[in-house]
Amino acid sequence: MGYKAKFRIWRGEGGEGKLEDFVVEVNEGEVVLDVIHRLQATQTPDLAVRWNCKAGKCGSCSVEINGRPRLGCMTRMSTFEEDETITVTPMRTFPVIKDLVTDVSFNYKKAREIPSFTPPDNVKPGEYRMQQIDVERSQEFRKCIECFMCNNVCHVIRDHEENKPAFAGPRFLMRIAELDMHPYDVADRKDSAQEEHGLGYCNITKCCTEVCPEHIKITDNALIPMKERVVDRKYDPLVWLGNKIFKRTGSSSSSGSKTS
Amino acid sequence: MEIERHEYDVVVIGAGGAGLRAAIEARQQGKRTAIVCKSLFGKAHTVMAEGGAAAAMGNVNSADNWMVHFRDTMRGGKFLNNWRMAELHAKEAPDRVWELEAWGALFDRTKDGKISQRNFGGHEYPRLAHVGDRTGLELIRTLQQRVVALQQEDEKLHGDPEAYLKVFAECTITQLLKAGPDEDSPISGAFGYWRETGRLICFDAPAVVLATGGIGKSYVVTSNSWEYTGDGHALALLAGAKLINMEFIQFHPTGMVWPPSVRGILVTESVRGDGGVLRNSEGKRFMFDYIPEVFKDKYATTEEEADRWYNDQANNRRPPELLPRDEVARAINSEVKAGRDSPHGGVFLDVSSRLPAAEIVKRLPSMHHQFKELADVDITAEPMEVGPTCHYIMGGVEVDADSGASSVPGLFAAGEVSGGMHGSNRLGGNSLSDLLVFGRRAGAGAAQYVDGLPGRPVSPEETLKGAEVEAMAPLSRTGGENPYEVHHELQRTMNELVGIIRKAEEVQEALEVVEKLKERAANAGAPGGRIYNPGWHLAIDLRNMLLVSECVARAALIRQESRGGHTRDDFPVMSAEWRRKLLRCGLTPDGAVTIEERDQPSMRDDLIALFDRAELSKYITADELADFDTLVKES
Repeated sequence: MGYKAKFRIWRGEGGEGKLEDFVVEVNEGEVVLDVIHRLQATQTPDLAVRWNCKAGKCGSCSVEINGRPRLGCMTRMSTFEEDETITVTPMRTFPVIKDLVTDVSFNYKKAREIPSFTPPDNVKPGEYRMQQIDVERSQEFRKCIECFMCNNVCHVIRDHEENKPAFAGPRFLMRIAELDMHPYDVADRKDSAQEEHGLGYCNITKCCTEVCPEHIKITDNALIPMKERVVDRKYDPLVWLGNKIFKRTGSSSSSGSKTS
Repeated sequence: MEIERHEYDVVVIGAGGAGLRAAIEARQQGKRTAIVCKSLFGKAHTVMAEGGAAAAMGNVNSADNWMVHFRDTMRGGKFLNNWRMAELHAKEAPDRVWELEAWGALFDRTKDGKISQRNFGGHEYPRLAHVGDRTGLELIRTLQQRVVALQQEDEKLHGDPEAYLKVFAECTITQLLKAGPDEDSPISGAFGYWRETGRLICFDAPAVVLATGGIGKSYVVTSNSWEYTGDGHALALLAGAKLINMEFIQFHPTGMVWPPSVRGILVTESVRGDGGVLRNSEGKRFMFDYIPEVFKDKYATTEEEADRWYNDQANNRRPPELLPRDEVARAINSEVKAGRDSPHGGVFLDVSSRLPAAEIVKRLPSMHHQFKELADVDITAEPMEVGPTCHYIMGGVEVDADSGASSVPGLFAAGEVSGGMHGSNRLGGNSLSDLLVFGRRAGAGAAQYVDGLPGRPVSPEETLKGAEVEAMAPLSRTGGENPYEVHHELQRTMNELVGIIRKAEEVQEALEVVEKLKERAANAGAPGGRIYNPGWHLAIDLRNMLLVSECVARAALIRQESRGGHTRDDFPVMSAEWRRKLLRCGLTPDGAVTIEERDQPSMRDDLIALFDRAELSKYITADELADFDTLVKES
């Protein structure tokens, strides 16, 4: 049942490194992370890999397996041929700390740039009333486990370091969409999505959706609808006129005004 | 070596639900607060909580209230709970859940737009606020985003988002610092290292809140993540605080059993709460055979009645699949031992024949995903195979219920690392609410303590030196023991010898193994450098795992009865005398574990009066029952 698999793993730190070859035992039902753990226990005790829950729920063990962004804990060995060499490399978009561990602080910085949930002043805890159908859209985006593979794979920043300051990446553009669709959020997020967080850079190639381990339809359900909202705002003369005449009163506006 | 130094009012160790809620509270009370966590921000073990947060909001059944929740919690813990904690928890949980909603959480809804609540083992009414079966993720993300919101506020006010609240992620604390060597010397800070760089770090702070979670990584089959190495339990002991109830470990009845690499991963109790049933290899719904005497009048005795309960709870009793977790875990263990097990040594948990496929995917999305991706099992079409897995430790730091304060001045604890709240067995859903209620209380307790201090306690330089030597030692022992092997042997030992069912001679044997492993761990070496070196990190964590395992085994040996998460083959009966006793672990100055028996404080009159005499008589002694009768007569 068990066999010896060929692994090629990127090892190094401080901007330098190389692929190293290993031969390691694999047993039935194992995932790539199990094999990396076996390497640590038997051959390379200092091999660095980030992980936590080992159940696909925390989004820590994001790596690239044969060039594809994957969670190490959810990639079963049975999806490979036994004689295949499996190459494991760190996420390419973020600087390597050591081996398979990258510096993902970009994501935490971006998270802090998105204005937080802004409820109306006049609703107290316990008074929130929402219908299931109205919370479901944002709930889909809240399934996100922050593995950051969507940001890793997004071509806007994957090979374009220079775009990083102006682009929040799919993860946090989706966060804006999530808040914009929250029944009780009263902040106006449309202009800032475009102007401050780089929604316009996205040209809907759907790479983010393809790699999402939670199968969130990031492009179709978050980014495209958000783009449509921005466009409605920017170019719809009626909306423009409405905004001029009935100036929004910010936090005192009711939640009902936020459906679209 | 240079040690990076930071000054804070409150240092919170751990960034799961309890740690984040404590930090939010301390910051809201104006304290400069550091959050120190071993993983990245937002990855803590809380994300794995599935079922929900128990809070008697009464949204689904208006008969629910805090008193019913209190009674359920005490029953679930077999009356060993710290009753004051159980009371505060039941009273405050609804406010803590509603507060999350005001911070942006999106729970599933009832038809009238309120937070929906689901059934769970041991809870009399539907009580768990939830988001499908990923409630823990919602909880941690909401708290994480609340931290960010406060940081944004601070940026506006002070020009620095981290002026009052800063997260030190991938940073491990190895030692708590105190102003002096005595047991009651006050806390002065915490010492540790950055996992990413291996650089040493020291926090100067008068208050520390432990929120480090549990100890599951001392067991092979566990639902717990790598972080659960008992750090807070061990740090508290080493700092002079006491641990109680360490013999009580919850084995969750339903963990995955196949394939081997995922053995132990949790299968949420919601599967049963939503209608799933347990069957053995003969196809029998065996839980009807395992209803214990104390619960006889509350659980259905026929399949027909059990099935009617899902739609009519007023006129039917609950299905026995929803007994408290300790009962279900033992029942599964017995079926497997009797040879009526599934092909991979578990039992069958079936929801496919109970709900339409679309409904299963909607209610249990992450279970559907987990089984499909990891085991090639479609839970809408076939049963799952499940068996018990080490899930939660009821024992932990002995704290003051109201403030989370330990016996060491300046040291607080909340969540799984604290002890008492859940008695001998925790009800599902009571953990997420525990984190919120007591996380907030510990944060407030720490803030209040800091306000009352005349000056800041100072860590003596020599303790820093000692902490540095201890942390760096494994790196210099290049030819030392392999820490991974020591860890694996500890896990096997605890699993086999101090598991669900315990016997004196086996626990004794475990203690002997632990003693030998301590020597090996003291000689553990880690080749490689200081940058992100997992072998080094594990060598350091071994100290904590071994210390905590010893506490578990020693307490398990002393308690000669079976109750909740402690089952003794040689003392199979629950004893009313033992209910009055708590086992309290401490350390001698030279590092030996001591255990003393302490009296369990009696329940306050108005709380014990919430129970029927008939029920109490199953748990308490004749003397206690006489006191109860006097109380009732007088009132």
